[in-house]
Amino acid sequence: MQNLPGVGVSPGRIIGTIRHMPHPVSEPPAGERLAADTSPETAAAALKAAAGVVHNNLKERAAMASGDGKAVLEATALMAKDAMLLKSAVKLINAGTSAERAIWEAGASVSEMLHNLGGYMAERAADILDVRARIVAELRGVPAPGIPTSDTPFILVAEDLAPADTATLDPAKVLALVTSGGGPQSHTAIIARSLGLPAMVAARGVEQIPDGAEVYVDGAAGLVVLDPGAEQQEAAQAWADNAAALSAFDGNGTTADGHLVPLLANVGGAKDATAAAALGAQGVGLFRTEFCFLERDTEPSVEEQSAAYKAVFDAFPGKKVVLRTLDAGADKPLPFLTDATEPNPALGVRGYRTDWTTPGVLERQLFAVAQAAAASEADVWVMAPMISTAAEAARFASLCQAAGIQTPGVMVEVPSAALTAGSVLRNVNFASLGTNDLTQYAMAADRQLGPLAELNTPWQPAVLRLVQLSVVGSIEASAETGTVKPVGVCGEAAADPALAVVLVGLGVSTLSMTARSLAAVAAVLKTVTLADAQELARLALSAPGAEEARAWVRAKLPVLDELGL
Amino acid sequence: MPERTATIASRSGLHARPAALFAEAAGEQPVEVTIAKVGEPEDDAVDAASILSLMTLGAERGDVVVLRAEGDGADAALDALVTLLETDLDAV
Repeated sequence: MQNLPGVGVSPGRIIGTIRHMPHPVSEPPAGERLAADTSPETAAAALKAAAGVVHNNLKERAAMASGDGKAVLEATALMAKDAMLLKSAVKLINAGTSAERAIWEAGASVSEMLHNLGGYMAERAADILDVRARIVAELRGVPAPGIPTSDTPFILVAEDLAPADTATLDPAKVLALVTSGGGPQSHTAIIARSLGLPAMVAARGVEQIPDGAEVYVDGAAGLVVLDPGAEQQEAAQAWADNAAALSAFDGNGTTADGHLVPLLANVGGAKDATAAAALGAQGVGLFRTEFCFLERDTEPSVEEQSAAYKAVFDAFPGKKVVLRTLDAGADKPLPFLTDATEPNPALGVRGYRTDWTTPGVLERQLFAVAQAAAASEADVWVMAPMISTAAEAARFASLCQAAGIQTPGVMVEVPSAALTAGSVLRNVNFASLGTNDLTQYAMAADRQLGPLAELNTPWQPAVLRLVQLSVVGSIEASAETGTVKPVGVCGEAAADPALAVVLVGLGVSTLSMTARSLAAVAAVLKTVTLADAQELARLALSAPGAEEARAWVRAKLPVLDELGL
Repeated sequence: MPERTATIASRSGLHARPAALFAEAAGEQPVEVTIAKVGEPEDDAVDAASILSLMTLGAERGDVVVLRAEGDGADAALDALVTLLETDLDAV
């Protein structure tokens, strides 16, 4: 039995076999020529044969899929043996280019053509690049890129997962996620929590475990055990037995002594919102509006936006829905708003700041929100991302007022906003802590980088101190203005049951998370009193480091281990 | 050369699923079939069996296109494909 430590990011104890995610297909070098002993005819025949295999594989997958996924796979399968694509590749082969490089270049020019056509065609541009990578993999005799296919469920091992991988990740086939790279805030972690899959990141050495090996994964403790024994079998069984209890939330977030902490959901569209309402969410604490804008070359119309927002509001009649205005930039670039050539996008024109370089988009969005809010029964609050100063907060509040929005607020993600929360909150009604970015900025550590995972955790006492300062600032601003200015948390931190208790102890009034985590957070919260939570918050703040803070708090919450959280 | 005109009936135009169904059917014909928007020169016609060519053609619902083919079975092939274009494939 051998143990492999990592960082646990999504709870669950499970035993299964490992399947490795193939490495992405590397670009054949520019100018790569046909091998001396290969004729263009042989190369063209090899290309056509490889394309035929890819076509058949995609067609088989299409036969097993359903709905929209099936239609996309059918079209993608046809692209693999498309005459236009293959003809332009063969032309390059006849001019002496290697088959791999030829299909790479032919795919690039077709993809660009589709991209320039915009709309539906532009969405298909990525499919042709996928087909191209599959053909090159086939020519090289290496596994096809993407999540492996298997008849039996498996534990997926990868270096890291990209947002695009979510689309093809079938939760019925994947038991758990383990990555060698990535941090607690990486896409892998976010994907795993939203799908309710056990996951751990930064598990160095996991790539050396052979495909098909049986392992035990504990996504809370952050542990992979090779050749699991009776102890692990028992733990996995206990988790399976507990799972039912941890998936039901009664829609009433509270501590043991009745201190109410509404538990809200983070959603990205109407589908999420409906699912969150079904899971008992008491409202929405973060409605990300990017889905309306991403993969678009132009701004959607006010009518289109308004209809999309209303669809989310309608899932929560009579309840609170906190909408975040467009948060473009950094890892979410938008061609009509952000500058892709910025040397340091995380510190660039992103979030609220895009209103300085492209004025008008935010005002039109606020107008669409006000229109949707007026037509729905939800209690709509609106907040701006990446606010750094009190002046920005005041200006955002006046933009909201002009659009007819009653409850403006700000995201606290930049340390300056936390440090000056008293004045930032004077002109707005509430604040919501985005702990992912707040941690990245407080620790100067990129969220996506595996080697920085230890820095990049909201358990860092410095981050907890910023949360505390935000609450203190809100108390000052409330006293000064005579209006209560609540501070919520909508980052990944709220989904960690132990940290959720600490946040409540620090004075946070609502917690918003991926809907899958609601039941686990509620189950732990109701085992502590507000005074217990405050004591745990003091303990965490006094820790010399993140690891100690987490360990000390967890040691005082034995319920976590009982539930496998 | 035998040719036919047809009006695109599919709601989403000649892309997405309708394009896939049409390209597949065109590929199954015994003759090579080309497609162009009506009024465009014959030289600009593209391979009807290529889904990528169909997508770049950008034919929307209501657009009129010209199908051309030559050789044995050309007429039957064109008739079959016209029927397909004039069916709302999004509803199938």
